[in-house]
Amino acid sequence: MVQEQAPQKLGIQFEDLQQQNESYIVGMWTFLVTEIMFFGAVFATYLVYRVANQEAFWEAHRHLSIPLGFFNTCVLLTSSLTMALTVHYAQRGLRKQQLLWLFVTMALAMTFLVVKGFEYHHKFVEGLVPGPNFRFEPAEYFRVAQLFFSLYFAMTGLHALHVAIGVLVMGVLAILIAIRHPSVQDFIPVELVGLYWHFVDIVWIFLFPLLYLIPR
Amino acid sequence: MSDEQHSHVHIVPIRVYLLVYVALLVLLVLTVGAAYLPGHHTTLNNIIALTIAIVKAVLVVLYFMHVRYSTRLTWLWASAGFFWLVIMFILTLGDYFTRHWVPVQGWE
Repeated sequence: MVQEQAPQKLGIQFEDLQQQNESYIVGMWTFLVTEIMFFGAVFATYLVYRVANQEAFWEAHRHLSIPLGFFNTCVLLTSSLTMALTVHYAQRGLRKQQLLWLFVTMALAMTFLVVKGFEYHHKFVEGLVPGPNFRFEPAEYFRVAQLFFSLYFAMTGLHALHVAIGVLVMGVLAILIAIRHPSVQDFIPVELVGLYWHFVDIVWIFLFPLLYLIPR
Repeated sequence: MSDEQHSHVHIVPIRVYLLVYVALLVLLVLTVGAAYLPGHHTTLNNIIALTIAIVKAVLVVLYFMHVRYSTRLTWLWASAGFFWLVIMFILTLGDYFTRHWVPVQGWE
């Protein structure tokens, strides 16, 4: 089935639409490559300490809730699907469906943040936030457990920041689409936000097993 | 030159997105299930968890991020990021994994 594609406007600086689209997408990937390296350094730090402290990391990770982590992974994977649908309808120029799925994606992203907030709250109450009030049993793992939770908050915090930025960007996009702003008549802006959002999803795909599912 | 035109972008059918989504959920259940395997299989479990995560990431990159249908320049850019990431991991972990091979007094 050949689907009708939305028309695009050619900027005067480009030879043709093919070149124009490729420029935007490669530009976005350039940004994503810097993001990959940025998160990669944090992941490398985590792996070095994890390899050296397998047993203590296992003890510390038992304080994380696998059901909540599993639920949040489902939420984020679903949001990636709905974002892909948003891009699909943007490419076909169907404005209403595009807005609908964009709102669903934003709602799922906020659900993720709310669940993450409850998890953080739980850590504060349990005294698992690194600092003067940090408590951990057994005492022999106290220092490494604090290291684990420092990494946990740094990694999930950076990821949550990316989710929050994603919600903001999607909100701006939704407003532009709703007021029929000329800059979003082309589907490329939606495609680029989609690329960012799927990247955020990929980061979580690695965070979930690394932090929540540590084998003994 | 500012007339509306049609490029030939590959519009991925919704059916493909749904299939990828189902595959991602199945892999998620597998990875959680593998973590509950009885007994001590630390290395095996780590390998299973990371392999599943990489497969999931590849599915997202190829289908949700459209790289499978993109131009060769996009392919190059997308793989360059992961290629450099692998270099960083191999050099860093190669160092930490091999330090104890040559013990040096006072280094630990």
